[in-house]
Amino acid sequence: MQKILLPITTIWWREIIRFYRQRSRLFSAIAQPLVFWILIGSGLNASFRPVGSVNGQSYIEYFYPGIVVLVLLFTSIFATISVVNDRREGFLQGVLVAPVPRWRIVFAQALGGTTLALLQGVLLLILAPMAGIQFGVASLLFTLSVMTLLAFGLTNLGLLIAWRMESTQGFHAIMNLLLIPIWLLSGAFFPSTGAPGWLAWTMKFNPLTYGLAAFRHSLYLDTTVKAFGEGPPWALSMLITGLFCVLTYVGATLTASAQTN
Amino acid sequence: MENKLEVENLSHSYQTRRALNGVSFSVSCGEIFGLLGPNGSGKTTLFRILSTLIPVTSGTVRILGYDLTSEVKAIRNLLGVVFQHPGLDVKLTVTENLRHHGHLYGLSGKTLHRRISELLEYVGVSDRASDRVEVLSGGLQRRVEIAKAILHSPRVLLLDEPTSGLDVTARRQLNDYLRVLADTENILVLLTTHLLDDAEACNRVGILDNGSLVALGAPDELKAQVGGDVVLIEGKSKETLSTAIAEKFGVSPVLTDGQLRVECERGHEFVRDVVAAFPNQIQTVRFGRPTLEDVFIKLTGNPFVR
Repeated sequence: MQKILLPITTIWWREIIRFYRQRSRLFSAIAQPLVFWILIGSGLNASFRPVGSVNGQSYIEYFYPGIVVLVLLFTSIFATISVVNDRREGFLQGVLVAPVPRWRIVFAQALGGTTLALLQGVLLLILAPMAGIQFGVASLLFTLSVMTLLAFGLTNLGLLIAWRMESTQGFHAIMNLLLIPIWLLSGAFFPSTGAPGWLAWTMKFNPLTYGLAAFRHSLYLDTTVKAFGEGPPWALSMLITGLFCVLTYVGATLTASAQTN
Repeated sequence: MENKLEVENLSHSYQTRRALNGVSFSVSCGEIFGLLGPNGSGKTTLFRILSTLIPVTSGTVRILGYDLTSEVKAIRNLLGVVFQHPGLDVKLTVTENLRHHGHLYGLSGKTLHRRISELLEYVGVSDRASDRVEVLSGGLQRRVEIAKAILHSPRVLLLDEPTSGLDVTARRQLNDYLRVLADTENILVLLTTHLLDDAEACNRVGILDNGSLVALGAPDELKAQVGGDVVLIEGKSKETLSTAIAEKFGVSPVLTDGQLRVECERGHEFVRDVVAAFPNQIQTVRFGRPTLEDVFIKLTGNPFVR
């Protein structure tokens, strides 16, 4: 057992310590979403009149869960970028020639990214009252669990891409062309209710839609107020988010195994 | 357990380009073996195969009796690898890097702690143990890399261009360390290099060119193949001079690096005669014992491009 855990914990620990020693990274991953939230949130607040809005939820409040998910996305993806360089030349080569199976290496990397993303997500969670969202203990626990799942899935998605990338430029292109649209079309930015049919359908097939829905459900768990634009039901959202985690992890492990001996 | 690294008829291709072409050699424990070759000769590919990073696709490799295709895990436990590109995390301290490495190989606690201090002592970096790697000089970093590679007591040590970026003193020290490791611990050391000095320090050398092994043997044996002496001549019109020298002395000059290179038995007499015969065409004449570079030129007909 120790032989299995030791490599995992040591790889995980390295990710954390590296991040701690380059704290400016912390700032950059959280600053941009925060600015988005304040500027876009305030700017659209007055004109946000979505179809079917009943509780008069403000845009600042609507946008808040999306911003938390964006922070999770940014942090988990950034945590995986080092894989691209490290694999070809550098630290990761030393890990790859060690007698450690690929699934353990990937799992440890995913845990590292998840931890970092969670830390940042929690920082942002403190601002929830500013969005007018209040939650109790049960809600907090659920919210943290959903955030963990989301962070784990997103980190694995990042790893899945990073393990097959030859350069970090390619990685940034994927980030802009794939990851940002996934986020935009998850209900983070606007609800699917008022969107034209083709767009609403695209959103239905986006796994992050369910992650975001699960997150909204968990935030409003304690209150009688329903989250507006909550999207798909709670159980389905959790199920798909869990599946997303498993599939991306399996995918990342397979990719890592295929790319190396 | 067998104590040999055996490569048999190893070939490797990337899409269309053939990087290795039927390479065979064998190295014993306690021996330092150098793979010498210019850039693009296939030595990095060979290194990556031996270090288990890319799979064997054609031919066989056996390391201490284990097959590299079917027993990768057993082999990984036996290998210590030093890559050309720094494999240390510069944001971590020296000790943290070594501890991370030890954990990957299942070492922990007191045993690991003791082993780390032992090795830092051995490579002379003890006083920098808690410094971040980024503040260490290139030479010191290389020593930490060596410590890291032998931390788990491997039986086989593979090094890719270990002396690149090191000054002369640090290079000599490194070669001395390797010698001690091979002699006292009976470790099999295999290194790649494009530096002739490093190759001279090996027990045996394999010279790679275009994916093929063109020479294999002790440095002295290989140099003995070249013949007596090597004379390098620089002159104004090299082609004409070349033909003239060939006709007059019955030798075959080779034009490399803008110089005419002539191998001959009694070099000192040849220098005297050639200068007397073509006083106006010759600008410089150099005379020396053959080096491994001459071996390379003789065998491939090409200059050794670094």
